[in-house]
Amino acid sequence: MHTKEFLRPGRFLLYGLLSLGALFFLLPFYVMLVTAFKTMPEIYSSGILALPSHLNFSAWQHAWSSATIGAASEGIHGYFLNSFILVIPAVIISTAFGAFNGYVLTHWRFRGSNAFFYALLLGTIIPFQIVLLPMAWVEGKMGIAGTLIPGLMLVHVIYGLAFTTLFFRNYYVGIPHDLVKAARVDGAGFFRIFFRIMLPVSTPIIMVTAIWQFTMIWNNFLFGVVFTQGGQQPVTVAINDLVDTVTSVHMWNVDMAAATFAALPTLVVYLIAGKYFVRGLTAGAVKG
Amino acid sequence: MSFAKMELGGRDQIMAKLVLSPTFLAAVFFIYGFILWTVWLSLTRSTILPSNHFIGLANYHDLFGSSRWWRSLINLGIFGGLYIFISMGVGLGLAILLDQRIKGERLFQVIFLYPMALSAVVTGVAWRWLLDPGFGMQAIVRSWGFPHFTFAWIDNPKMAIYTVVIAAVWQTSGFMMAIFLAGLRGVSTDIVKAAQIDGASTLRIYQRVILPSLAPTFFVALVLTVGLAVKSFGLIIALTGGGPGYSTNVPSIFMYVFSFQRGEMGVGAASALVMLIIMMIFAVPFLYLDSRRQA
Repeated sequence: MHTKEFLRPGRFLLYGLLSLGALFFLLPFYVMLVTAFKTMPEIYSSGILALPSHLNFSAWQHAWSSATIGAASEGIHGYFLNSFILVIPAVIISTAFGAFNGYVLTHWRFRGSNAFFYALLLGTIIPFQIVLLPMAWVEGKMGIAGTLIPGLMLVHVIYGLAFTTLFFRNYYVGIPHDLVKAARVDGAGFFRIFFRIMLPVSTPIIMVTAIWQFTMIWNNFLFGVVFTQGGQQPVTVAINDLVDTVTSVHMWNVDMAAATFAALPTLVVYLIAGKYFVRGLTAGAVKG
Repeated sequence: MSFAKMELGGRDQIMAKLVLSPTFLAAVFFIYGFILWTVWLSLTRSTILPSNHFIGLANYHDLFGSSRWWRSLINLGIFGGLYIFISMGVGLGLAILLDQRIKGERLFQVIFLYPMALSAVVTGVAWRWLLDPGFGMQAIVRSWGFPHFTFAWIDNPKMAIYTVVIAAVWQTSGFMMAIFLAGLRGVSTDIVKAAQIDGASTLRIYQRVILPSLAPTFFVALVLTVGLAVKSFGLIIALTGGGPGYSTNVPSIFMYVFSFQRGEMGVGAASALVMLIIMMIFAVPFLYLDSRRQA
């Protein structure tokens, strides 16, 4: 809704406040970036707000390939790769399950299917601390404790299902059931209807779900720190280790470069496909 | 013919159940089963390994006898209360400002919301830098000619929890803005126009018409921020590590430390259950109202 009169004499104030807000949100990332391009002596002499005198890439290089994390001094590149190795199959599997589940829950309903959907929603609310101990035990028994694949991936797939199912269910509920009925009369079966009718109109919700899962899994710290060890850890855990590693002089520029590396993938996705990201946030929120 | 068709339909119906079954089993086992399992663990003498030795409520006795746990609960109250209030306030404020036919609205939205795309760990690292007394904001203001300016909350056990509020507000206020903006755009323009024709001032229209009709949005925002507050973990670990001392411990950190570092699984399970209960106190009324609204 728009009220034209509001603050009309104060349009200046309006933009001033919004710009102040923008400054508050941009400042930390700006400081991260400029810090990563400086040397430590330059940080000491020029402070953290000043632009770097020239673009110095040594902190980036060090963070990527030689910073000490845990026992090794090979930088974060391995952990960065780990996160990709984790996130790609986890997103694909959990999104695929979500699509089929949503399809069943809207167009192949059976007695109790609605009740099941609402019961599943608990999985979108619980603090995951409530499942960590049994999950760690089960993974131990399965012999996959501490592993990235399949250990951590499995955790992310399982605890992503409630979200992906919610997204697809709420999307497919808006697709006229008559379409499905007509296809059934024509002799089309369960999978044929899914691939011929549902999937072709699903691009937006696939984007929303995949981006949501990508962001959640990439950014996750709790599961990573509990379920993986050593060289199997995702990048968020490695960043925390790097920053925590106490050396004689704290290399803030290296910390910031490493943190920026970890931030880049989700940030790029956000800048390219922010529309879908926001839709996921608000859909998951408002309908949950 | 029709019999054959029914057969076919029946086969599809079975297929549908088959497709849903992995998720069904996962929900039964990994969500509901694990919750019950954690409840059971909290009643046993489980330490480094799970044990089935039943000890009643002894773990809860230990938990609520622990000053570190009380510190964690109180911190969640302070952090959660301030964080929820401020992030909703900032979010609503930005949403109202953005709802005034703003040029560049899209750009402002992108800027307000991008922290939501970052990992909490990245946010923690960035703010740890900004709040560092030697380099961060204290040093900046001092360099502007105020040599006695002091802002060292992050090193101060009494104040460190407020730095967590700052970083968390920074990360999620844009999210609240998006929620409230969606709510504002959903307010019927007819009611607003009617009020304008009646000569009501804009402030009054917001007070009496628009904000009251946002009640469901406020409720959604509350449940979301409660969830984010209770689940906050990576942010605090990266920002303060739970310190100085235990001064920024919250239940999520307590649970992690007792379960996975100190080998006190029973107490850890008990703390996890308390976290779940805190969350459900807020979520259950929401789910109830939501299901009634949809029905």
